[in-house]
Amino acid sequence: MSFALGEAETLGLVGESGSGKSMTCLSVVRLVPRPAARIVGGVVRLDGEDLLTKSEREMQRIRGRKVAMILQDPMSSLNPVFSIGMQMREPLTMYHGLRGAAAVSRAAELLGSVRIPSPATRLRAFPHQLSGGMRQRVVGAMAIAGPPRLLIADEPTTSLDLTIQAQYLGLLKDLQAQHRFAMIFVTHNLGIVARTCDRVAVMYAGRIVELGPVRRLFTTPAHPYTRALLASIPRFGARRETLTAIAGQPPDLARLPAGCAFAPRCPDVMDRCRAEAPPETMAAAGHSTRCWLHAPAA
Amino acid sequence: MSVIAVPEIGAPVEARAQSRRLPVISLGIIATFVLVAILAPLISPADPYEQALRLRHRPPVWEERGSWSYPLGTDRLGRDLLSRIIHGARVSLAAGVLTVLVASAFGAAVGLVAGYYGGRVDATLMRVTDATLSFPVILLALILAVTVGPSFGNVVIAIAVILWARYARVIRGQVLTLMQLDFIAQARIAGAGAWRVITRHLLPNTLNTLVVLVTLQIGYVIIVEASLSFLGAGIPPPTPAWGGMIAEGRDVVTSAWWVSFFPGLAILLVVLAFNLLGDWLRDTLDPRLRQL
Amino acid sequence: MPPPPDAAARHVTPLLEAHALTKHFIVRRGALGWSTALVRAVEAVSFTIEAGTTLGLVGESGCGKTTTSKLILGLERPTAGTIRFEGSDVHALGRAGEREYRRFVQAVFQDPYASLDPRMRVATIVAEPLVINSDLDATGRRRRVAELLDVVGLPARAGTLYPHEFSGGQRQRIAIARALALSPKLIVLDEPVSALDVSIRAQVLNLLTELQKRLGVSYLFIAHDLAAVGHMSHTIAVMYLGRIVELGDADAVALRPQHPYTRALFAAAMPVDLDAPREEITLAGEVPSPLAPPAGCAFHPRCPFAMDRCAVEAPALRTEAGRLVACHLY
Repeated sequence: MSFALGEAETLGLVGESGSGKSMTCLSVVRLVPRPAARIVGGVVRLDGEDLLTKSEREMQRIRGRKVAMILQDPMSSLNPVFSIGMQMREPLTMYHGLRGAAAVSRAAELLGSVRIPSPATRLRAFPHQLSGGMRQRVVGAMAIAGPPRLLIADEPTTSLDLTIQAQYLGLLKDLQAQHRFAMIFVTHNLGIVARTCDRVAVMYAGRIVELGPVRRLFTTPAHPYTRALLASIPRFGARRETLTAIAGQPPDLARLPAGCAFAPRCPDVMDRCRAEAPPETMAAAGHSTRCWLHAPAA
Repeated sequence: MSVIAVPEIGAPVEARAQSRRLPVISLGIIATFVLVAILAPLISPADPYEQALRLRHRPPVWEERGSWSYPLGTDRLGRDLLSRIIHGARVSLAAGVLTVLVASAFGAAVGLVAGYYGGRVDATLMRVTDATLSFPVILLALILAVTVGPSFGNVVIAIAVILWARYARVIRGQVLTLMQLDFIAQARIAGAGAWRVITRHLLPNTLNTLVVLVTLQIGYVIIVEASLSFLGAGIPPPTPAWGGMIAEGRDVVTSAWWVSFFPGLAILLVVLAFNLLGDWLRDTLDPRLRQL
Repeated sequence: MPPPPDAAARHVTPLLEAHALTKHFIVRRGALGWSTALVRAVEAVSFTIEAGTTLGLVGESGCGKTTTSKLILGLERPTAGTIRFEGSDVHALGRAGEREYRRFVQAVFQDPYASLDPRMRVATIVAEPLVINSDLDATGRRRRVAELLDVVGLPARAGTLYPHEFSGGQRQRIAIARALALSPKLIVLDEPVSALDVSIRAQVLNLLTELQKRLGVSYLFIAHDLAAVGHMSHTIAVMYLGRIVELGDADAVALRPQHPYTRALFAAAMPVDLDAPREEITLAGEVPSPLAPPAGCAFHPRCPFAMDRCAVEAPALRTEAGRLVACHLY
């Protein structure tokens, strides 16, 4: 799979469980859990440098500074036995050499930039004393400490209440405008993608099946899976009798069928789909897909 | 950008296969002793109670004054050691199994009720359980032995009366976790009463834990029984009991070492076998119990 | 979509009425648990559910929707207020009456992995309500189970398997089959699809809609996915810190919300339609803890339209634009 991202651009990575979206994020920063999985090929370029060729030490310097990650569960991202201040000072000391009072004031500054009220007092709090939304902001503060060139957010708002989610997404967009980092936003919620992302990649069974600008993908989806997904989502007000459901079950990654992985569930399946996996083709400018419906007739 | 491959599932499956393999040795040992205990009168070469004072402290067959009529030697009253060990298996295994069954049944019941009802019922039952847990088994058995006199029944009672608390604690913990799961609420929504929820939903889901605990505890009880017999508070002579037999050989350990050694070896084998079996059961049935 | 049954025109008693339902919990605090605090989980909540319709209940954490569902299911007893089922007060009927009520109200919960007893076969799970409550013999039960599995789209042989052999979506179908066993008139659906993959949700929602049409069963639908609630419900109730702040026809509440909180909530829901008209309301602050609710209107600290009056006086529900709203703006 391939994609490219520009400065201050947000890519939405959409897919269901088992689609490979979290694995993609981990492989960008080379945190793929071994020995269960390995990166077997390809290139990851950040600002022109290939991350896959770097040594582990170099990667450690890049992670946290140039590439930051925000994960879904803030409670496990934060160590419950250390105060917020102590946890924030660690990356500041490691990456920027700040110590003592300088580190504390920088930490308070960062908390302020994620709009946490009374940041200086909050430094002494422990994770369990904060609400879910607050914890995600703390994680966000640690993420922008770099400041990073790329921020990977893996379902950061899934565990938050709706109104808190809206606050948090607004905050991320503001931070992005300010610091100009690129963002990969992983989610299964197409509504969030519609509002916060510039481009979107739809994943299915470990491959990107469609990639393109948000508006085009949502109005004229090329891949049958994307089309079916958009059609199956309930919408406000237009209370229809039935939703267009996708038949079947998501695939078992250990036993993928030959040919296109979506073939068993595709409403437009052809014989060719079952035999051969489709290559990546352009459906329109900047809009690629993996589907025999869009491939040039062979 | 990058391609990720997940290699064939090789190593992980092997590790699982290892714990899946039946613990043949443990099962073999246990089966042997159980058979021996059941068939004791048939396979025992001699009468375990028959005394032959002229043959006292004869060594096992492979030593100089040994003979095949007493393959493992004789004790201080000339009784054949092998026969006594065989009959002792009956006593020890019966004591172990019976005690554990009684204790686990009662303890599990207490745990189920405490966990299900919660609140004051739980608090009261747990105070009683805690108090029981802190009482030393050996002391109680000694008291019983001194007041009522030592006997098989008293040993079972003395141990069971303290042992149940362990089950109550563990099962209650499990029940508390289970109560959080929706299917319990669903049973109540369907109209199930306490009895039905406890017997049809909670108990089957705690069986794994129970089986593991029971197996692990049989070894412990056998040792306790042996200790009691060793101290003279357990099964009274002349009934062959492994612990008692070790006690009898205490004074002649340097000269007639076999008198204490072979009963001790028997205890070692049985307890080890039960513990290994219990470990295997725990790994296969309920990995969460690993810290036990 | 046929319009919901018009109760006023037909003078039919609503299936379920909640009047001023209140539930308080006493919580122990302090090092030794000496001091107690009162959690007003549900405060004076009233609503009706007509036969064959769906009431959607929305709100964020701490709003009381789970407690409300437990009160309706009879898993908790109200501190005050009444629940009327087909006209009769549920709790005035004694234990037998409550048991009867239970037959007519069933539930499907969120977690497909925790709602089925892992040690029972599916047929036993689905048959359990029948065993406890009906007079059917074993053959009768077997037939009913096969019928129920068929209704939810599972093959009859599914009954012989264990829950772990099914996927999340299939397990929810089993849970629905079990909920239907006693032919209930109301099913409480507490986040029935949130734990399922997006592509499976439509399947289960369609099944629920079809069952409502076929069997005339009512739903109390609780979810944080507002689009799903909007799709499934005829009426929507919005809760905040234990009180209902807006209650009315689903389309009205979802598309033309009146209460500031409802407006913020639906604005945060991020519809997929890029061109759908959308207010940009972002609320400041956190959801307050039910242990320390703000004075007056519970929402006033976060409300962009708060007035002085809001900090002092809690607004009552009054009719505005065809639905009930609790707000001093109206």
